[in-house]
Amino acid sequence: MSQTPSVKLGKGDAPKARPPSRKFSWDWLGLAPFFLFAIAFLLLPSASIVVNSFISPGGRFTFQNIIDVVARKDLRSAYQASLSISAITAIGGALFGFLLAYAVVSGGLPKSLRTFLLTFSGVASNFAGVPLAFAFIATIGNTGLITRAIESLSGVDIHQHGFSIYNIWGLSIVYMYFQFPLMVLIMAPALDGLRREWKEACENLGATGWQYWRYVALPILLPTLLGTTILLFGNAFGAYATAYAFSGSFINLVTIVIGGQIQGDVLFNPGLGNALALGMVIIMGLCMLGYLWMQRRAARWMR
Amino acid sequence: MKKVNIWAWIILIVGILYFFVPLVATLDFSLRAEKDIYPSFEAYRFVFSDPDFYQNFGSSLLWSLLTMVVSLLLIVPTTYWVHLRLPNWRPAVEFVTLMPFVVPAVVLTFGMIRLYCCDPLPLVNSPILLIAGYTILSFPYMFRAVDAGLRAIDVRTLTEAAQSLGAGWPTILFQVIFPNLRVALLSGVFLTFAIVMGEFTFASLLSKPAFGPYMEFLGAQRAYEPAALALISFALSWGSIGIIQYVGRGRGGEANLAGAR
Repeated sequence: MSQTPSVKLGKGDAPKARPPSRKFSWDWLGLAPFFLFAIAFLLLPSASIVVNSFISPGGRFTFQNIIDVVARKDLRSAYQASLSISAITAIGGALFGFLLAYAVVSGGLPKSLRTFLLTFSGVASNFAGVPLAFAFIATIGNTGLITRAIESLSGVDIHQHGFSIYNIWGLSIVYMYFQFPLMVLIMAPALDGLRREWKEACENLGATGWQYWRYVALPILLPTLLGTTILLFGNAFGAYATAYAFSGSFINLVTIVIGGQIQGDVLFNPGLGNALALGMVIIMGLCMLGYLWMQRRAARWMR
Repeated sequence: MKKVNIWAWIILIVGILYFFVPLVATLDFSLRAEKDIYPSFEAYRFVFSDPDFYQNFGSSLLWSLLTMVVSLLLIVPTTYWVHLRLPNWRPAVEFVTLMPFVVPAVVLTFGMIRLYCCDPLPLVNSPILLIAGYTILSFPYMFRAVDAGLRAIDVRTLTEAAQSLGAGWPTILFQVIFPNLRVALLSGVFLTFAIVMGEFTFASLLSKPAFGPYMEFLGAQRAYEPAALALISFALSWGSIGIIQYVGRGRGGEANLAGAR
């Protein structure tokens, strides 16, 4: 494109005065400490992971680390385990959390129960890590309360019959404890945001309850619902402490492998650890983008 | 219009069972430390007479205090400045505060250890990396709390009014802005406390004494004491979040994004 001068100069006219030059502002300096901290302890460590993923033990550029992560069966299965447990607990947590939020918001339950449930969800969504693992060992472990209760009721020791909690399903039960409360915390305000007028308008137009849900409420809630499911997915994917304390290294999650790599070079190749971590950052980054995108769509309807 | 729905009750009861059965089981388990005696407080007696408990718990208290100070010093002026002068930078700041969700604690520790292991900046053995990691973990909570607090007051008008009355920057910050942010700062601080006290990943991988690794260590050594510790830890989070709910009552509850799992 050619640029046309916005100021036409007539004959003999002095050029118009220059627009006042933008005074250089030092305002950005106020943000410098924060961003310097973020660069030193977030950006550079992350960047070092990216760079080192492409460096061979001999110090040259290579794709071998990435290829190895994909090719090695144990690492592939670590990703599979992490992805499955995240998917299971994200979908399970989202479904149950949504039902629970719906029950307290629109189920006609006493208001005090609602306050109690929301407060408790706030605590439970933060109750994770080592203590959570211990709590579930005391519940469904070899001599846990539920295990003993089932044994005394039916005479069957569930742990003797091929049932183990130290696998993906057992860990999913544990993760659910902090997953569904997060869903409740996010869905309850979203359900509150459904205005009564919308429902009344539907009823006046002769819509059934099903039609209201299918064509009005669900489309409005869908971005929040999907966004939160993605959030739960990432929440489980990055978890380390809970899984470590619950089952040691029985369950081969990506985070557990990376932790092992930090404590002692279990993969016998530093670059491989970086490539594993890089994969995590990419997956988590995609989750975050998906969540933010959904949240933006959800914000359209919510005040 | 509202009618009581039987399904609502069933779901609610299942939810409450999910919440409470593990807690009851933990309590029950923690009281079984002695054969033939129930309840036995032996597990609690052991924990409270273990010098390691006090040492690790004290370390965690120290880490959480340091984290609060660093996090407040970084987040409060930055957020204030963004509200006052640089609103265009808000998305960038918010993006940084959400990063602990994108970079999990294990991955961040991994990167930090590799970067600061050796010359020119061998920080691995000092607590700097631990505090930095905790501070980054606290960013989403702290930023959201302070941001919401600042949004509720008219920062610009308050600042300009104070300036036209002749107040200098320290007076503006400490006499005008902070008192208005009390609730926001308190909830940020207590959330930080709750996160740091139970944190395991950073402390364990950086080999620093803390309550989280102590719990895990005892879990590998003994049977009943871990249950007692789990309840103590739960009481701590319950206490901090109870305080937040109490000081912030009447405000909408905020769901929290990221944390150390």
